[in-house]
Amino acid sequence: MSNIESQTIAFVRDTMIPEQAPPLTEAGAIKWLRENLFSGWFNSTLTLLSLAIIWWSLAAIGPWLVNTVWNAGSLSECRRILDGTGGACFAVINDRWHQLLFGFYPSHLYWRPVLALVLLFVALAPILFTGLPRKLLVFSALYPFIGYHLLWGGSIWLPISALLGFVAGGIAFILVRKVNGLAAVFAAVLAPVFWWLFLAGPFDSAMSSVLPLGLDFVRSDRFGGFLISLVIGVTGISLSLPLGILLALGRQSDMVFVKSVCVIFIEFIRGVPLITLLFTASLLLNYFLPPGTSFDLILRVIIMVTLFAAAYMAEVIRGGLAALPKGQYEAADALGLDYWKAQRLIIMPQALKISIPGIVNTFIGLFKDTTLVVFIGLLDPIGLSNAIRASTDWQGIYWELFIFIGALFFIFCFGISRYSMYLERKLKTDHK
Amino acid sequence: MSTSTDQRYTKVEHKKSFQLSMLLYDQRYRSITIQVFFLFMLMLGAAWLIDNTVNNLRALGKDFSFAFLNNPAGYDINQRPVEYNSQMTHGRAALVGFLNTMILAVMACVLATVLGVVAGVLRLSNNWIVGRLMTVYVEVFRNIPTLLWILIFGAIMTEAMPAPSAFRGDTPAASMIFNESVAITNRGVYIPAIMFARDLGSLQVGPVAPSISWLLVIVIIAAGIWANKLLIAHATRVQNATGVRPKTWWKSILILFGPIILFFIALGAHLDYPELRGFNFAGGTHLRNSLIAMWLGLGIYTGAFIAEIVRAGILAINKGQTEAAYALGLQPGKTMRLVILPQALRVIIPPLISNYLNITKNTSLGLAVGYMDLRSTLGGITINQTGRELEGMMLMMLIYLAISLTISGVLNVYNSRVKLKER
Amino acid sequence: MKKSVFVGAFAATALVAGMAQAQMLQSIQDRGELNCGVSTGLAGFSAPDANGVWQGFDVAVCRAVAAAILDDAMAVNFVPTTGQTRFSALASGEVDMLARNTTWTFTRDIDLRLTFVGVNYYDGQGFMVSRDLGVSSATELDGATVCIQTGTTTELNLADYFRANGMNYEPVPIETNAEAQQQYLAGACDVYTTDVSGLAATRASFESPDAHVILPEVISKEPLGPVVRDGDKEWEGIVRWTLFALVAAEELGITSANVAELAQGTDNPEVNRLLGSEGEFGSMLGLESDWAVRAISAGGNYGEIFAANIGDQTPIGLARGLNALWTQGGLQYAMPFR
Repeated sequence: MSNIESQTIAFVRDTMIPEQAPPLTEAGAIKWLRENLFSGWFNSTLTLLSLAIIWWSLAAIGPWLVNTVWNAGSLSECRRILDGTGGACFAVINDRWHQLLFGFYPSHLYWRPVLALVLLFVALAPILFTGLPRKLLVFSALYPFIGYHLLWGGSIWLPISALLGFVAGGIAFILVRKVNGLAAVFAAVLAPVFWWLFLAGPFDSAMSSVLPLGLDFVRSDRFGGFLISLVIGVTGISLSLPLGILLALGRQSDMVFVKSVCVIFIEFIRGVPLITLLFTASLLLNYFLPPGTSFDLILRVIIMVTLFAAAYMAEVIRGGLAALPKGQYEAADALGLDYWKAQRLIIMPQALKISIPGIVNTFIGLFKDTTLVVFIGLLDPIGLSNAIRASTDWQGIYWELFIFIGALFFIFCFGISRYSMYLERKLKTDHK
Repeated sequence: MSTSTDQRYTKVEHKKSFQLSMLLYDQRYRSITIQVFFLFMLMLGAAWLIDNTVNNLRALGKDFSFAFLNNPAGYDINQRPVEYNSQMTHGRAALVGFLNTMILAVMACVLATVLGVVAGVLRLSNNWIVGRLMTVYVEVFRNIPTLLWILIFGAIMTEAMPAPSAFRGDTPAASMIFNESVAITNRGVYIPAIMFARDLGSLQVGPVAPSISWLLVIVIIAAGIWANKLLIAHATRVQNATGVRPKTWWKSILILFGPIILFFIALGAHLDYPELRGFNFAGGTHLRNSLIAMWLGLGIYTGAFIAEIVRAGILAINKGQTEAAYALGLQPGKTMRLVILPQALRVIIPPLISNYLNITKNTSLGLAVGYMDLRSTLGGITINQTGRELEGMMLMMLIYLAISLTISGVLNVYNSRVKLKER
Repeated sequence: MKKSVFVGAFAATALVAGMAQAQMLQSIQDRGELNCGVSTGLAGFSAPDANGVWQGFDVAVCRAVAAAILDDAMAVNFVPTTGQTRFSALASGEVDMLARNTTWTFTRDIDLRLTFVGVNYYDGQGFMVSRDLGVSSATELDGATVCIQTGTTTELNLADYFRANGMNYEPVPIETNAEAQQQYLAGACDVYTTDVSGLAATRASFESPDAHVILPEVISKEPLGPVVRDGDKEWEGIVRWTLFALVAAEELGITSANVAELAQGTDNPEVNRLLGSEGEFGSMLGLESDWAVRAISAGGNYGEIFAANIGDQTPIGLARGLNALWTQGGLQYAMPFR
């Protein structure tokens, strides 16, 4: 073999040629540019156009941002410092950030909303991250009461007596269950109602007089800024979840009457703008309630927002239910589970898992929609920006406030949507 | 829960006569019990609400009546699609508001669709910089409340644009653009309007009086499109029969544009340019700040959502479809038009329509920039001046509900038409 | 934060519902606080200062009423209301009284079932324009763009005025006073129209007030006064006569400085009746006999309140004009304490 080779081939290379650099146009930055930005006349035009847009916005906003004034007492002082050069006056944020975040919440009590927010994450953690010990769920269940007490303050016995209502319900359920299952459900519903209506008040006042524990009471009208957006958004979404599940089940129900009521409710709420519901809360609710009734505007708004979110939530969960293969229902039936057991153990865990992105999207939408409360006179961030602009010091300031508010909303909503995408990927259990 | 099995069981095994306890324990009757209980509670609740309302109204000395709609409104509205002045009724003012709502909704839907489709497609582009730019657009607009965007665009219009007085004088600080035909001021944008020298008057249809000339324009355009469709169908038939497709493009152009141009010439159509007169520009069409702010705010905000829908719709189509189309020898353009888009649309259109619904509902934010929509007229000034919150709010909710149900009705019809007919 | 709110609310609901059956006065005394509806912010009339304490001419009326019934001028919970929400806030019982530059009109009095207890400020609607526009009369405003606050009587007056004078205008409806100022200053409208007092207050807050003129025409009568619900004569009487007490005090020369001294008894029987050293006027209202002394001590008499909040020594700089006492050519006239 080697003989023949040596005859036919004059030269055999026994070492590799060193690798040559690829042509200039096929390597490195230039290749990347060619492939990604200038791969044709259309793409090149687009690239140039985009560059122009970026350049133009940087040129318009850049110098303005660079020349920011951070310390000034009023807009006119800002303008004096800037001395004719264009520049932002973020001094207004420096001056009023606490109002934009907390409204008129007493400044020495700022630790309370902050702590409530931190504890909210602690309470959410065991729900969101399955790796944590299950015991923590007890804290999640207690959080509504802790959060309420931290934010509003007042006597500690009010949330405790409210909590005892649920305990009473639980005890009643366990006691009566031995007698009759259905009666136990009734007892579990009636016991807390009875407790709240007749015993909670005396208990509260009695305990308050014996052991007056509690935090300083903060009125609802001191709430404002992002605090109010978060309170309305978080409360609305967490209350709307159970309501939404019930509505979704009702809509799927075989019972014609229950079904049609649920459909009418859902379609009505989804068919009218949120703002009309908010106006109903502020203008009309007193028509529908017994004469002389009036309660907190924030609470009225929370009720309306909850109803609003529940309708959307119901549709999201219905989507989740519809996406479940029919086999799951049949399997539950085959195991002999009754309706509620089947829902609790088989259907809901899967349907809710599928619905998580939708639920998170509903939450983001709701959180953004809390800005509409400005129309009924609540001081959310936008309402406060109006109030700040109404003061003589900051009359005429626009962009800085809008940028600050927009940035906070962006960070919050963007963060949640990213988290939801992560969760979606994590929970994906494709059987395909 | 499958009732059929339960019934079979009960029939075969428990042939018992009816007992009262079966109302609770028998699946056949339990649902009736629950429903009756539910109905009872619901009616109780409703009766309680109605009773309260009646009592409260009586205590306030108010009656429940829509007669206020026939009283003179007394306030002026700046944007009037139909004739209106302050001596006309509250009902008429509500109609003006309703039309303003619809005008804004349609304009915003068009803008949102155009932006959304462009951004959605470009986000998938191989062009790195364009893709990133579109991502920034989508994320920034999606995650900031629409009300804030509306206010920002309102502020841009009033704070950053020149006042009409800046157009005055020998060396004005601002000037009109597009050959002296469009003026952008801090009171809105003035664009030329099409006027007819020989106008055909207007037609009285109930409460509105649309211009006959413009109705005819719509009719002619619709007829042109229909005729063009017939032409193309004919061409396809010829192609199917003979294998040669007759050239239709020049006929199409003639059919689509010929009659309308003739009609415009016949009526003496000309452009009415805005010009500075007195305090403001006069002539032309005045797009007020409030309209522009709402239009851009809603359109660009919703456009970001639509972009995501379009992107998801295109990504949802299996890559095999593209490959199959290429294998059949279709060019990329035709692949998109004949294979990808028809399938993607099935995914895109339902969420798209629900976004149209959102736009329509969000037009109720108009008051933030002083746009006189239904919410600002009927739900705002009228309620305020007459003190008829209950009636006004109910009427307004019903109107919004009717709009929403119409849109979702269209959606349902579409859904049932494009439903995959699986065999 | 969740369900306990509801519990608290329903407990409160039951409580409030029970209280509403009792008389207003009783419920306010039980609560220890007067709920007073004010505007969301109009310099000089009602606005929170840097410490969040409400100040102003309308606010002073609330404080006087609170002082009269609770002996504490600070025991007022101010509820900011917009033009749209004010009447329903009153009707629903969210506020006990409105002191919010509200115009006394026929339909509000009769159709909306409100009771105007008096007039604490006689006002009229006017126009403000930029000085360099060169306009000196409202009749030259044909074709102008006008900023108005929506939900008020001003937009009705405006429509009537321009219609009566055969002029056209372009209304720009705006929700709040602050936003309207912004639009006006940015030149998005030529004219800003509202009550003359409001125009003066607004102009005073501008960086260069001299660049703007308030036109001489006053196109409407705007009697502004405190409002209560129909149906409780006792409560209505308390608010009405507290207002009259403030005006009468100015007439009679009673000031916050000398009220304590005069309350000991004077030679003037009307002063004695007003300040409670003679007669039983306090108990007829269901109050203590020194109710008027408290009301006057809270912020002074009508003249003092005017001078301190909106008078010509303040940035607002309003002249007494129609609001001078009737003895000095104005319209402020307290009914006799007899």
